[in-house]
Amino acid sequence: MAQFVHYVYILSAALFILSLRWMNHPATARRGVFAGEFGMILAISGTFMAFDVHNWTWILSAFLIGTAAGIPIAYIMPMTAVPQRTAMSHACGALAAALVGTAEFYQRQPHASTELTGFVMVALIVETLLGFLTFTGSLMAMGKLQEVLPQRPITYPKQNVVNLVLFVVALGLGIRLMLVPTDTYLFPIFAGIALLFGVLLIIPIGGADMPTVIALLNSYAGLSACAMGFALDNKLLIIAGALDGSSGLILSIIMCKAMNRSFTNVLFGAFGQIQASAVKTEKRPVRSASPEEAASILESAGKVIIVPGYGLAVAQAQHKIRELFDNLTRRGVDVKFAIHPVAGRMPGHMNVLLAEADIPYDRLYEMDDINGEFPQCDVALVIGANDVTNPAARTDKSSPIYGMPILDVDKAHTVMVIKRSMSPGFAGIDNDLYYMDKTLMLFGDAKAFVSEILKELPAKAAA
Amino acid sequence: MPSNLELGLYVFMLATFVGLEVIRKVSPLLHTPLMSLTNAISAISVVGAILITGAAGATTLSKVLGFIAITSAVTNIVSGFLITDRMLKMFKRRPEEKK
Repeated sequence: MAQFVHYVYILSAALFILSLRWMNHPATARRGVFAGEFGMILAISGTFMAFDVHNWTWILSAFLIGTAAGIPIAYIMPMTAVPQRTAMSHACGALAAALVGTAEFYQRQPHASTELTGFVMVALIVETLLGFLTFTGSLMAMGKLQEVLPQRPITYPKQNVVNLVLFVVALGLGIRLMLVPTDTYLFPIFAGIALLFGVLLIIPIGGADMPTVIALLNSYAGLSACAMGFALDNKLLIIAGALDGSSGLILSIIMCKAMNRSFTNVLFGAFGQIQASAVKTEKRPVRSASPEEAASILESAGKVIIVPGYGLAVAQAQHKIRELFDNLTRRGVDVKFAIHPVAGRMPGHMNVLLAEADIPYDRLYEMDDINGEFPQCDVALVIGANDVTNPAARTDKSSPIYGMPILDVDKAHTVMVIKRSMSPGFAGIDNDLYYMDKTLMLFGDAKAFVSEILKELPAKAAA
Repeated sequence: MPSNLELGLYVFMLATFVGLEVIRKVSPLLHTPLMSLTNAISAISVVGAILITGAAGATTLSKVLGFIAITSAVTNIVSGFLITDRMLKMFKRRPEEKK
């Protein structure tokens, strides 16, 4: 029976790979979820049957509490809060790995000379180090996303030096524990420093860098599960952890490329803070427009591209935008959505929000697919996006965002920007787009302004 | 015969390459559900948590830590799979215009 479980694990691993494979297209993606669920059920029931499991009260009550907590999280969580939920689940996953590692370390102490040797100890240290730092790091990310903590980077002098010293100390203690695993008094210090390091690593990172950070934490959480697989000699854990780790890695690389920045720059740059002081405050004239004017421009347009950003999520404007989309589509206007890879607070955030509002996914376009269409487009409507539309990224070598790939909104015939005020975006830089002759600024809350536009549109249709 | 470590490293190496290839093909449209799905899958660490909590000679410390670990992992499994499915249900093509 104990041998049999390995075949079950192989089947589960295959199902997990298929599950991710089916995620490549919306049409097969739900099948992917079922494959993943099936693989998970197989693995858990196989484990229960094959091993001599005791302490059922503990295990079953943990299962009950976990299920009772998981179901409401999945169904009540609004789609705008998905980044927070994701950060929270990174924290949970990392915590589980770290605690199992800790328990293993103490459990095996009586047989330290045979069971805490060389590579098992290396795996346990990697597992707990990554697990604990990802746990607190993800909690910090969650706090920032929920706006319990300030979204602005929190910095202090010699920050990187402090972080580096802490990391070296944690690593030193880890190596010492690998060599002398019986020094149990060192373990709580090691765990404490890992926890502290996670906090300090994330607090200097600004809100708009969250897509990269979440992806990176995803990767760490996966790798700590993977290290657990090495410590327990369980290949299924190694495979699942490696899949999660590589997924997080790819997503963070995509995010970094979309901002033309490196990992080190995201993690240690405290972007936004330094540049904020360099903002030019000169007043330049802008043209603003009323909802009526905006409505009549949209109505006479043949082709409209909507550019959503984080501001849309904040204003919860996705349903109003769907109404606008429906209204314009009925009038025969060709409406498309241009999604920048880092729009929002996590990879793919905007797509989920717009899908929630029933906007068909074949109207959502990636940056590279739509950029060629802006010159033929009558109106580009920017809602809550800023830096990803700034033409300075193409032209101004002195700009902090120079080289970042942007949506070519400035090439549209008319640009309309819904924005609460002229305050600069997270990078703290002025957006030249707003001062162009063809740009109309629509000042107001995204949701309220779109409602105003909608009020104007049916009236004109009747006339 | 290769040791467990070597076998484990082989598995890790191959799984990483499979992961990189498979994930690269996922449309950016689905990056958010992808992240919640991989999250649920990596909560397979619940297996490790079950084994440590259910070991015959588990100390109270092991049981308490294992209990918390199972709870968090199961929360991830349940909420991860369900919310992924909830998100995926929202992705629709245009319902009205069927040419």
